[in-house]
Order: sequence, then structure tokens, then C-alpha cells
Amino acid sequence: MSWIQDPAFINILYIISFSLFIYGLMKLTGPKTAVQGNWIAAAGMGIAVVATLLIRGMSNWWLIALGVVVGTVISIPSAYKVKMTAMPQMVALFNGLGGGAIALISWAQFRDTGGFAEEELSKVIASLFAALVGSISFWGSNVAFGKLQEILPGKPIGLGRLQQPVNLLTFVAAVVCAVAIASGQTSEWWMIGLLVASAILGLMVVLPIGGADMPVVISLLNALTGLSAAAKGIALDNTALIVAGMIVGASGSILTSLMAKAMNRSIPAIVAGGFGGGGTGGGGDTGGEDRHVNSTSAADTAIQMAYAGNVVVVPGYGLAVAQAQHLVKEMSELLEQKGINVSYAIHPVAGRMPGHMNVLLAEADVPYEALKEMDEINSQFGQTDVSLVIGANDVTNPAAETNPDSPIYGMPILKVNQSQSVIVLKRSMSPGFAGIENELYYDPKTAMLFGDAKSSVADIVEELKQL
Amino acid sequence: MDSELVQNLGILVLAGFAGFLVISKVPNTLHTPLMSATNAVHGVVVLAALIVLGQGVDLGVFNDILLVIAIIFGTINVVGGFLVTDRMLGMFKGKPGDKAKKQEETA
Repeated sequence: MSWIQDPAFINILYIISFSLFIYGLMKLTGPKTAVQGNWIAAAGMGIAVVATLLIRGMSNWWLIALGVVVGTVISIPSAYKVKMTAMPQMVALFNGLGGGAIALISWAQFRDTGGFAEEELSKVIASLFAALVGSISFWGSNVAFGKLQEILPGKPIGLGRLQQPVNLLTFVAAVVCAVAIASGQTSEWWMIGLLVASAILGLMVVLPIGGADMPVVISLLNALTGLSAAAKGIALDNTALIVAGMIVGASGSILTSLMAKAMNRSIPAIVAGGFGGGGTGGGGDTGGEDRHVNSTSAADTAIQMAYAGNVVVVPGYGLAVAQAQHLVKEMSELLEQKGINVSYAIHPVAGRMPGHMNVLLAEADVPYEALKEMDEINSQFGQTDVSLVIGANDVTNPAAETNPDSPIYGMPILKVNQSQSVIVLKRSMSPGFAGIENELYYDPKTAMLFGDAKSSVADIVEELKQL
Repeated sequence: MDSELVQNLGILVLAGFAGFLVISKVPNTLHTPLMSATNAVHGVVVLAALIVLGQGVDLGVFNDILLVIAIIFGTINVVGGFLVTDRMLGMFKGKPGDKAKKQEETA
């Protein structure tokens, strides 16, 4: 049975496993095939692990078993218990674990090989890149986790003007350590210096980023972890690692650019300095004057929707914070029973990570077909009788299209103002986290329903039941 | 430049293109499950930990600890990632209240 330990056979298993990764992800185009796709990718992972364990000369079985068992025991309950509102934290944490694992492996390898003394230069460089990026990802992700979990304040924490020079210095320090190791230094302090400098860099880059930019940050950290895994694959000459890491890198990069585009922000600008808090104070010249705002009641809202043909719900993160998803679903059901079409307009950055709002609504049993992406729904607002905006703000602000002075000018928005009438559920007139006045609220066809999102929706549901 | 490195770089580039093509087809609606699935996929780093730990001769206690932690991290990624993704995807349901409507009709 020596052929099963043949390197060629192991490589064939790796080819099968990365084919399954790609095939599994290909099935992520719709929710039904996706379930199967996820398990196909998992099977690929199983094959890759088995193939690795078959490599000739494997030892330390007890330690391997210990790691696998402890990891499994920790992960199963957390996978089943995590709340859907907490998914961004979980994904951030998982990104960090992947990056952290790579940093630790590179460190151990450095110690094991006497400072990469015998290794080829290309592999040393790949390992050092993996360690640097992995360490950035680990510490950056932990900060992102802390912010999302509200252990750390969501507001940007930074050094102001010193931020960029300090970031640059830590980056240079990390690169200097890497160059020293690559050019033959074998003292462990260089490796520790590399890991510490990149750890500081990870902290420094994510700490100043505000809560609103989290979707971009999480995607970016996802990409970094993937890239460092791919680099580690080059260092270890392992095709499964190269392919899987690179696919994750590609996925994270795509999501990062999608999120940045949806917020009309450049990625360097987000990484270079905190958004989500400062810098947007002077948003247009609309603030001063007293402008008229229509307000409405839950009863009127219910009547207006009950006599509509098409209703579009525009949910924002406020809806998730208020935990009003289930009530919204109940409201939609009541409307559908009256023969009214209800769909949901979801902006790419609604929520705290890409696609977060969709998951929250799916959890409340909102059917997949009713969840509309921005481009699709924007062509339908013209035929919409009532748009119900719940906890969304900046993504509905027409100033993004009409006012070149607005800080969000150019950001793609949900064109809610094209519908026949708009009802906005909001606690008060205070502007959103970006601090920008929303033109939509002063539109004559807009009515405001003031109050807590959850109790407002509950009131609407009660009124609808009586109609 | 040795040929092994060049081959691996070729694989890296092709995988990048394959990744871009496959992932750009995933709809926005499924981006959160996509991210948790890629979390599970980058748990593939557990292979690196297995190789370094399994192929090492006498690593010393400190290295053992580093690598066992790396295996734990990687395993959490893999197992947790795939399970969470499955749980999340299970929440996406098709066709609005097909069952509910049928129940009403029969009632």
C-alpha cells in the first residue's frame, strides 16, 4: 500500500480537493444549489486533510489529534449558537483565526529551520509575506471583532495627523525585518520583530476605521487572509493551499471593491483614515432653515399601504438593531393577503457586512424572491405606490444624485423618491451616522412616522389587522 | 528561478482568475454565506500546520504549542465555517409561502 503515500497520488487528491472547492463555490449562485455547494466544498476540505495526513513520515499524531479535537469542540456550539445579527463579528473572528494560524505556522517554521537557513529564497520570501499579512489580518480582525461586538467603541480611535506616518513607519519596520531574514539573518528577534510590527500595523489600520466602514474592512481582511494562505502554499509547495487561498483572496477583493463602490469611497481612503465619524460635518447648506416635514400615524400608514398595489420595504441596519425583522414579515404577510405585492429593496451596504440584511430577513422567513438587489429594484420604484423606509438613511438620500456638494455625492442609492409616496420610520429627525441631512425627508410626498422602529411596525400590524 | 516555483506561480494566477469568475457570479443576496464559506475554505491553512507539525522531527515544546494552536485555529475555521454557512443557507427559503397558501386553500 505504498502508492497511497506516493507524492503523485497525494497531489492528485489535492487536485480533486481544489476542484471541489471551485465547484462548490460555483453553486453559490442561488440558495437551493448553495446548500449542496457548501457541502461539496467541505468534502474537498476533508479530502485535502486526508491527503496531507497520508504524506510519508507524518508524526506527532497525538498533537494533531489534540488540535483537531479542541478546534472541533470549540467550533460546533459556536456555529449553532451565533445569532444572525452577530454574523459580522463571527466572520471577522474567523478571518483573524486564519491569519493568526498562518503567522504562528511561519514562526514555528522559522524556529524549526534555524531561521530558514536551508530554504530557497523564493520560499523564504513567500513565508515572510504570509507571516506579515497573516499577522496584520489577525490583529486587524480582532479589532474589527471588538468594534462589532461593542467591546471596543465603534467610533474611530486614531492619532489624527500622525496616523499615516506612524502606519508607514510600522510597515517599513516590518519590511526591514523581513528583508533581514531573507538576506540570511537567523536571529529569532527579527522574526518576532516582523510579527510585532505587523501586529501593530493591523491594530493601527483598523482602530481608526468607524463602524460604518466595517463591510469594507471585513471584506479586505478576508482577502488578506486568503492571500497569506496562498503565499504559504507557495512556500510549502502545496497546490491545495495555493488554489484555496487565492480563491478566498479573489473573493475578498471582489467584495471589498463592491462595498467601496456602494459607499462611493476609495479603498485607500478608508484604510488611510477613519470615515464613519468625522470629516462630514459641513454636509451641504440645507441645515439652517426651518423646512416643513410631514408626519403621519401608524393608522394612516396602514390605510395607505392597504390600498396600494406595490409596496417596497427599504430596510436598513436600524431594523436589525430594533430586531423588527419578524414584525416586518408579519406586516408583509397581512399586505399580501390583501393582494398587494411586497418586495424588499436592499442596498449593498445595508447591515454590517456584505449581504448581511438579506440573511437577517431570510431568518425571518422572508422569501428569497422578494429580496431585490439595488439595480433591480431601482427600475421598479416608478411603479411603486408606497415605499416604507425602516432604519435606512443615507442610502435613500437623493442628494447623492443631485447635490455635488454633498459628502455622499456619487454614492449609488435606492431611488425611493421615484415612488408615489414614501413613509419613513424614524426615531427623530437627527441625521444618520454620517451626519448628513437627508433631502428625502423634506420631499412633499414623504411622510415621517416617528418612533421606535419595532413599536411603529407593531402598531402598523395592529392597524392592518383591523382593516 | 526553479521550475517548481514558476509552476506554482502559474497555478496561483490561474486560481486568481478562476476565483474572480466564480465569485462574481454570486448574487449580493448570498454574500454573507459566501464570506462564511470562504472563511471555511481559508481554514485550509490547517494543512500547513499539519505539514510543519507532522514532518518536524524534534520541534521542541514551544513550537509544538504554536502549531497546535494553529491547528485549533484552522479547525475552527473549517468546521465552524461550513456549519455556519449551512445553517445560514437553510434560512433562505424559496417561493413565498407556498405551503401557507395551500393551507389556506384547503382550510
